[in-house]
Amino acid sequence: MGKYFVRRLLTAIPTILVISFIIFAIVDLSPSDPTSNLPMTIPPEVRAKVREALGADDPFVVKYIKWLNQFFIAEPLNLIETSFGITFPGSEERARVISWATRGPVIDIIAQRLPQTLWVVGSSYILGVLIAVPVGIYSAYRQYSIFDQVGTFLMMVGFSVPTFFTGLMFIIVFSVNLKWFDSVYDTTLVVTDIDTLRQQLNQMIMPVTVLTLYTTAQMSRYTRASTLENLQQDFIRTARSKGLTERVVVGRHVVRNSLIPVVTLIALGIPGIFAGALITEQIFRINGIGQYLIIAIQGGDLPTVQTVTFIFAVLVVLFNIVADVLYGILDPRVTYT
Amino acid sequence: MKTKLTLLLIVVLTISSFGGVALTQDMSEVQILYWQASSILNPYLSGGTKDIDASAIVLEPLANWAPDGSLNLNLASEVPTLENGGISEDLTSITWNLRDDIVWSDGSPFTAEDVVFTWEYCTHPEAGCVQADEFVGVVSVEAMGMHSVTVTFDAPKPNPFRPFVSHIQPILQKAQFGECIGAEMAACSDANFAPVGTGPFIVEEFRPNDVVTYVRNPNYRDADMGKPAFDRVVFKGGGDAESAARAVLETGEADYAWNLQIAPAVLDSMEAAGNGQVVVAYGQAIETIWINGTDVNPDNPNRSVYMADGSNAHPFLSNKAVRQAMSMAIDTNILAEQLYGRSGKATCNFINSPASNVSPNTSCDQDIAGANAVLDEAGVVDSDGDGIREYMGHALRVQYQTSTNAVRQNTQALIKQWWGEIGIDTELRNIDAGVFFGGDPASPDTYQKFYSDVEMYTTGSSSPDMESLLSNNRCGQAPGPDNNWTGSNIIRFCNADYDAALDELSQTAGQDARAAVIIRLNDILVQEYALIPLVYRSSASSAYANSLGGVDINGWDSEMWNIEDWYRADM
Repeated sequence: MGKYFVRRLLTAIPTILVISFIIFAIVDLSPSDPTSNLPMTIPPEVRAKVREALGADDPFVVKYIKWLNQFFIAEPLNLIETSFGITFPGSEERARVISWATRGPVIDIIAQRLPQTLWVVGSSYILGVLIAVPVGIYSAYRQYSIFDQVGTFLMMVGFSVPTFFTGLMFIIVFSVNLKWFDSVYDTTLVVTDIDTLRQQLNQMIMPVTVLTLYTTAQMSRYTRASTLENLQQDFIRTARSKGLTERVVVGRHVVRNSLIPVVTLIALGIPGIFAGALITEQIFRINGIGQYLIIAIQGGDLPTVQTVTFIFAVLVVLFNIVADVLYGILDPRVTYT
Repeated sequence: MKTKLTLLLIVVLTISSFGGVALTQDMSEVQILYWQASSILNPYLSGGTKDIDASAIVLEPLANWAPDGSLNLNLASEVPTLENGGISEDLTSITWNLRDDIVWSDGSPFTAEDVVFTWEYCTHPEAGCVQADEFVGVVSVEAMGMHSVTVTFDAPKPNPFRPFVSHIQPILQKAQFGECIGAEMAACSDANFAPVGTGPFIVEEFRPNDVVTYVRNPNYRDADMGKPAFDRVVFKGGGDAESAARAVLETGEADYAWNLQIAPAVLDSMEAAGNGQVVVAYGQAIETIWINGTDVNPDNPNRSVYMADGSNAHPFLSNKAVRQAMSMAIDTNILAEQLYGRSGKATCNFINSPASNVSPNTSCDQDIAGANAVLDEAGVVDSDGDGIREYMGHALRVQYQTSTNAVRQNTQALIKQWWGEIGIDTELRNIDAGVFFGGDPASPDTYQKFYSDVEMYTTGSSSPDMESLLSNNRCGQAPGPDNNWTGSNIIRFCNADYDAALDELSQTAGQDARAAVIIRLNDILVQEYALIPLVYRSSASSAYANSLGGVDINGWDSEMWNIEDWYRADM
């Protein structure tokens, strides 16, 4: 097991390097120009100077090696320095990943934005899972009952209606008409007392609900399918014929087995929390990672796009490993050699 | 059952307890909503309006343009003129006298050294300064004592009000930015994120691409006059234009929302809620049809390249009658009313502002019959009966390109129909704005390369002086392979009278005299039908709450230019 884990981690390194190259190449080859958003009154000579100062016209290989150095050497060193308060030699000259739009380090902005994303997307994810699992199990247990029918309908709606629609509808109903909730997320709010906590919850309700609806729909369908499959297994019939109570049959034998794939799915979804919710964050003006990525793409801010996308890719690789390992722990039938 | 009821009750109570907090309007704070978030507070490193406006709350130029196109003084004590000696007789230098009572928000005095430094900062060869063009032709900027600064140009400048005028080039503090010169510019994110200024507010916190909060500057020059009226400003970015308008006009969560490029009907219905109003400002922004003077046949090795001997002229658009008919067939009133609403006015002129520059000599009422007559008279007739006229064997088939944008595609559809009525067949094409305006010399689809017969986009001027805008169409400045397709003369226009008038303009001082030349230049462009002006577009359209007073939206400068005068109005 331990050996397997180490092996997976080691093979992840070349994977990540290849991914970094592919991401960097795709983004770099895209026809985007950091000066394209400048007013038209700014002449081409000035634009050329700006690109030169940014290093945007450097050869691809030079840019890639620079970025590798910035991301894999300078940034970790800087992280160590700031978290332990020590200074390595050459700290001043170290080139960090610098955004073309803000001219500041990309990682600092990610760090500034991560809490909002974790709060909103994270809580909707937890909430979604907490609702989806019981709903999915009960739907399967009482297949074709009214509960199942209504649940299936609602989940289909949640699954198929896009978040930009539900988000907008929520704003029009709850902000414009009822005036219950804020539609503009105040990112400067610091929770210090009951009142600010109430404000924080107020502004989180709509985005969290929108995202929860989506997560719940996805997860509950999965749980339901997995539970249905197990309910028809021979060992359940055996358990019933032994005279076990329904509570034990469902709780111990069905649910446990059904949740194994669900847990994997949950683990695989975690990188998505860090990536943020692109559209929902944009609609509610939450300064999360997703919104950052959109702004960076629109502004042709390639170092930011490359860095954010790459971090996301690393998380996907890592959580794939985690999911595989979890599978082995939860399901004794699976062994790793 | 009982537990269910209790649960329901708890849910209802919790939800209702959140209600109401959304609408607490703070008397001492103003909430500004930009749907593009500010990413840096240094206008020399970013040309985006969002960044210039966010920095305009802190940084100030010597003077700036007021909405009517006049100069409004900030750090200068008087407007330099020929009479007061501020402008030299030979028009090659301008001397600004600075106010001696200004201090930076950190308490240190503002001096001519800061002005000199700002020039050095932007013109450093390694800087990549976005506003470098504003300093073109400036030979030196010298401090003449503590509170006087002289800008010297390499040639007579009848309009010397460019360097340090307008919020795109405010004065930076030497003490703060002194180390950030040249290649070090980008390394100064602390300074770029919180510049020390002379303006009414100080940056309290800056979160890149999200929000800026400002607090009152206690050292502001008019602090004893109670300015600014607000203690805090929250400058929030992100989202989209429509929801920003909604937040001001419908939910009342914000006081001011910027650049509402939304369908007129949607905006009207939001305004009907009665919480606020929409205002527009006009600068110089003209949606124009540009007519290519050169041959664009794909088989031509010199496609869209201007040749001085006239050998590469467009086969039929070089005929004035064709251009005139194309112009006459268009009803600009319908375009302005139906497609632009309050954000555009029909116009016959290329130059529409300030008022003294507007030509009275042009007209452009739609006249389809007249257009047909003009073509018939010129011998441009449909000889083979396919409904399309021919000129010297060339069928009048034009390709009409513009950027992808709903309003532009609707304009294209209307104009295609009108041109069809005079026997011109039009093929429409739209190109992603990033590519069309991107300027990549390798791309065939840029507006500079102009691989089509006509194209449409808006051009403008950031200052009320029209010289640089009109100079774009000087002969010899056409984009082509020799300048890597960067020339400014998009229509490949070449007219000796026009160039002579441009030379005259560059020697003429005084507003009235200049306006006369500007009108002449406008008339040449319009009456030669070298281009077809369609709609005079507003340069800014924003919404503000009824409870916000003092807003004076400005088409020539940052909308935040007078934020020190904003106040909370009684409702």
